Formats: sequence, C-alpha cells, structure tokens
Amino acid sequence: MSLDTVQMVLVTVLTAATPLIIAALGELVAERAGVLNLGVEGMMVFGAALGFAAAMETGSTLLGALAGAGAGIGLAAVFGLLTVGLAANQVASGLALTILGLGLSGLVGAGYVGLKREPAPLLHVPGLSDLPGVGRLLFGEDAFVYVGLGLAVGVSWFLWRTRAGLILRAIGDDPVATHALGLPVRGVRFLAVLFGGACAGLAGSYLSLAYTPFWAPAMTAGRGWIALALVVFASWRPARVVAGATLFGGATVLQLHAQAASLGLPGQLLSALPYLATILALVLLSLGRRQGGSLAPAALGRDFTPHR
Amino acid sequence: MLRTTLGACLGALLLLAGPARAEDKLKVGFVYVGPVADYGYSFQHDLSRKALAEALPDKVETTYLENVPEADSERAIEKLARSGMGLIFTTSFGFMEPTLKVAKKFPKVKFEHATGYKRAANVSTYSARFYEGRYVCGKIAATLTKSGTVGYIASFPIPEVVSGINAFMLGAQSVNPAVKLKIVWVNTWFDPGKEAEAAKALLAQGADILAQHTDSAAPLQEAEKQGKLAFGQSSDQYRFAPKAQLTAVVDDWNGYVIREAKAVLDGTWQSHDTWGGIKDGMVVLAPFTNMPADVKAMAEDTVKAIASGKVHAFAGPVTKQDGSVAVKEGETAPDPMILGMNWYVKGIDDKLPQ
Repeated sequence: MSLDTVQMVLVTVLTAATPLIIAALGELVAERAGVLNLGVEGMMVFGAALGFAAAMETGSTLLGALAGAGAGIGLAAVFGLLTVGLAANQVASGLALTILGLGLSGLVGAGYVGLKREPAPLLHVPGLSDLPGVGRLLFGEDAFVYVGLGLAVGVSWFLWRTRAGLILRAIGDDPVATHALGLPVRGVRFLAVLFGGACAGLAGSYLSLAYTPFWAPAMTAGRGWIALALVVFASWRPARVVAGATLFGGATVLQLHAQAASLGLPGQLLSALPYLATILALVLLSLGRRQGGSLAPAALGRDFTPHR
Repeated sequence: MLRTTLGACLGALLLLAGPARAEDKLKVGFVYVGPVADYGYSFQHDLSRKALAEALPDKVETTYLENVPEADSERAIEKLARSGMGLIFTTSFGFMEPTLKVAKKFPKVKFEHATGYKRAANVSTYSARFYEGRYVCGKIAATLTKSGTVGYIASFPIPEVVSGINAFMLGAQSVNPAVKLKIVWVNTWFDPGKEAEAAKALLAQGADILAQHTDSAAPLQEAEKQGKLAFGQSSDQYRFAPKAQLTAVVDDWNGYVIREAKAVLDGTWQSHDTWGGIKDGMVVLAPFTNMPADVKAMAEDTVKAIASGKVHAFAGPVTKQDGSVAVKEGETAPDPMILGMNWYVKGIDDKLPQ
C-alpha cells in the first residue's frame, strides 16, 4: 500500500466517524444532565432532510447545516417539553421522537428526492493541503470534520473545566440535591436536550450535505443508534467518543478495504469486525476500572419533578 | 329521529350506487415496500401504476400504499382487497405469504406478486431477468476499463445478486478474458454512507469502473467525484452523476402491468409465472452515455442480440470457480439454475460468502 492509499483510508475513516462523533457528543451532554434521549436517529434524519432542503433553496451549505441543527433543536424541544417539563417517560418519548423524525423527514424531503448538489467544500491551505501523505488528512477536510473535533474539545472543556459544566454533571447525578441547592435543574436539563438535538441535526446534515450529498428517505441508516451506543461505550467521556467513533468507523472502512483487496477473509467475519472490536474495547475498559462503580450519570433516565 | 333515518337511507343508497358505478372501472391497487420517492425499486413500480392509469383512463382506477413494512403487510393488502379492488400488485419478495393468505380470503380478486415463487389460482408471480442487463454492463466495463479492474458493490449473497455478478463477469470476459472483478459485500440494500465507503475502497484498490447491486446513488456520485465511471441501479440515475453514469439496468414494469390489467378486463386473466427480460421490455438499459460511439454501438448490438435470442448471458461453456463445468458448450443455463445460483464463475477472485 502506498502512502497515498494509507492516507485515503485514514481520510475515509475520519469522515465516516464524523457524524457519529457529532451526534454522540450531543447525546453525551444530554445524558450527563440525566436525560436519556433515544430519539437521536429521528433528529438526525430530520436534520438531514431539512438541511438538504434549506441548502437547495438558499444554495448555501452553511445555511443548510444551520437548518439541520435547527431541525434537531425543534424536535429536541418537543422531547424536552414532554420529558423535562411534563416528566413523561424518557424511553417512550425518545422512541416516539425517532418515529416522528423519520415521518417528518419523509414529508419535508419528498420534494427533494433525486436532486443532487455539490458536496461541502474541502479546506484548502496552499502548501499544507498538498503535503504528501498527511496534507489531505490534516488540512484538506470539510468544515464538519473540524467542527466535530473542535466540539469534542469544547464539550470536554465545558464539562470538566467550567462551573456550568460542574452544575450540569451534578444535576445528572442527583437532581434532588442540586434542586435543594437552588440550581435550575429543569432549565439546565432542557438546554442540554436542545444541545443534543442541535448536534444530532448537524450530524444528519453532514450526511446529506457533505458525505453523500443528496437526500434519500431514512438515509441515516441506523447511525443515530450507533451514536447512542457510543456514548455508553465511551463511558460518558468526550475523548473516548472520538476514539470509539474512529475505532468503529475504522473497522467498518477497513473491512471494506480488506474485501476490495481480496484478502480472502470470509465476508461475514469482516462485517462482524466493527462489533467484535467494540466488544473487545468494552471488556478492556471494564477490566481497567474494576474497583469503580458504574460510570453512568447516577440519575440517568429518571425524571424529576420539584416539590413546591 | 326522522332526519337521521332519512340520512341513513340516503347513505345506504349512496353506498349501493357506489359499487354499481365502480363495476365499469377496474380498481387496481399497488403495495410498495419503500417510499415511491426512492428513485429505485418502488419508484419504478409506481411509474407502471401511472402508465396504467394513462393507458386505460376510462377503464381503471389506481391506488397505492407505500412504505408498507413486510411484517405488517397482510393488513394493508387485506384493506385493499376489502375496498373493492379487482387486481392487486404486491411488489416485494417479503409480501409473498401475506399475499397468499389474503388471496385465499378473496378468491375473486386477482393478485400479482413480484419476485416470489409461490402461486395460487388467483395469485400470479412476475420478475425480471436483470442479469441480462448486467451482461451488457460487463461488456461495456471490460471495454472501457483502463486499469483492467472493475469494482462491484454487492448487497446479500442471494441467487439474484450472484447471478448478476456472474452475468456481469461473463459479459466482461467475452471482451477481455483477463479482466479483474473486485467484489465488496456491504450486507445492506440501502445505506448511502456505507455504499460510498465501499466505492471509495474499490476505487482506492485500483478499480476505475463501478457496478452495484445496492439501492442508493452514493457509489455513482463517488465515482463522479473521483472522475471515474459507474453504472446506475434499478432506475436511470443519470441526474445524480451526469459525468459518470454509463447506463443503468432499469426495471420497466409498464408493459406487464398494463397487459395484466387488460387481461382482467377481458376476463382472460389466469394465474401464471412471468420472468421477462430485455425481449419482453421488462429490463431496459438507460441511454448509453459517457462512452465513445463504437462502444455505444457495441452495447446497442448486444442488447439487440439478447432480445433476439442470439446471445444468452449464460451460454456455455460456463465454468465454475472450482473448475467444474456448469453449462456445456452449445447449451444455455436452464432457468432453475439461474434462479438458484450460489457459485461464482471462473475468473472471479473472491470467495462467495455462504
């Protein structure tokens, strides 16, 4: 394999991981605040539809991405009103949100099926982007990839280096105690849910604007569910989300390359590789923290109604 | 009280008048597994519904149900049968058992099930010989490839897909016996992201022409992005990749659907199995684009030769990967062999997942 082929593979891995990273980071923040939103797939696919529609109407990828994030926020707001505001069951509401998102996306996208547009532009830094072997990987991606990685740093910094992040995590662990301290439990949870929605919508618009620049019903093909699993896999830590998404994306892409290179390995084994890798990583992770308890936010999935 | 009785009587009268009027018109229902806007399989079927409505506007009335999950299809099919349909097309393999169940309850309604193999007195089956189109694609690919390597994105190792790969390879070998075919199984019918990744992998491994047996236009677009060539799937996908699409194997059900509706109207409809190809107009190749005139002429001649029966994709000698002879010289593969194909032809450098 030449250096350029290796770089090509790495670029594919990174772009395949990007929608997972963005969507999982959003869900991570929501779950850190104690809200389990199973509607990621629905928000993602609605973001893909609305993002593509907006980009087609305005001709701007940026506006498309913003519309995608907006679509996610819209659905998340409905979810937030139900679960945070009215203390409805989070699991049931989240599943309903997925179905709603799939339906709405079909409705919005109906007029845009079969259209195509240019993919989001790639960064080009004269000199740097043309460096052999690494230029395209480091300096020649589209904006979504950098946003995803930046988001990981930002979320990590916010959760562990700011007061607001500390409050959010505390609420996710014990809403009753934080409420007693006078902290706005429901307000913070609602905002965290909205952030999760924005990320899921943005991840969806990445699919329809940059990765495969067209709209097709249900084009997210289960990536929202993988993002959900990634949050658990990453034990609610942003850096591990990036690592996990890269591992999962990497295993998927590498098995396709292995098939294309006719390595002669059985196809089913290769297809199972990403999942095997995930299980292995989970086992290693749990071995590493034998003494600790569960890493999940203590109040994850529990609704909270303040006593007045 | 009087008023409600009167209303009920009027309603009953209207109901009685309803079927009387509908008797002149044949109601034809369609059940799709996907959205009509998928620009692929269900889309092509809906084109045939529209063509039927246009061809016999005074005699038929059409309805469709889209996005019908296979597990829940019995209810949908029964709903159509109950609403006075005379002919119902159930267009996905998974609708097979539900169609038969409903057909038993409604013996007067005629059913047409696509791609299945179980029939009944009022259930016909129909499918298309897609492999014929793939044979033509193989010839084009082998003529145009510069690297000598063609990539093939496959969904699941079922006979329909395997016979498509074999027909493609045999077509390619008829032009250039040394041509290489790289196959990637993605284990999905529809996942644009994964299909694009498979396309990238194949292009990175030296393929310069892509063929696919999955449903999205993502591989075509990837080929276009990298300045390579590819074939569309199910439907003419030229709009997605005007610089990359060579042609596409298009399912054309128009003729068949209209013919069956006419047979029901004439009272000549009978349960039967149809497996039509290029000759019957069920398999059509989208316009040949992005190729020199002589290649285009070669492709058009091949289409004609298949239609006239002069060329058969599985004309002997056909040798299996393990060296054994599948079809002897001078013979052609019988239909049951093609319908149950679970082996690769010689020259394919891949192990078939079992």
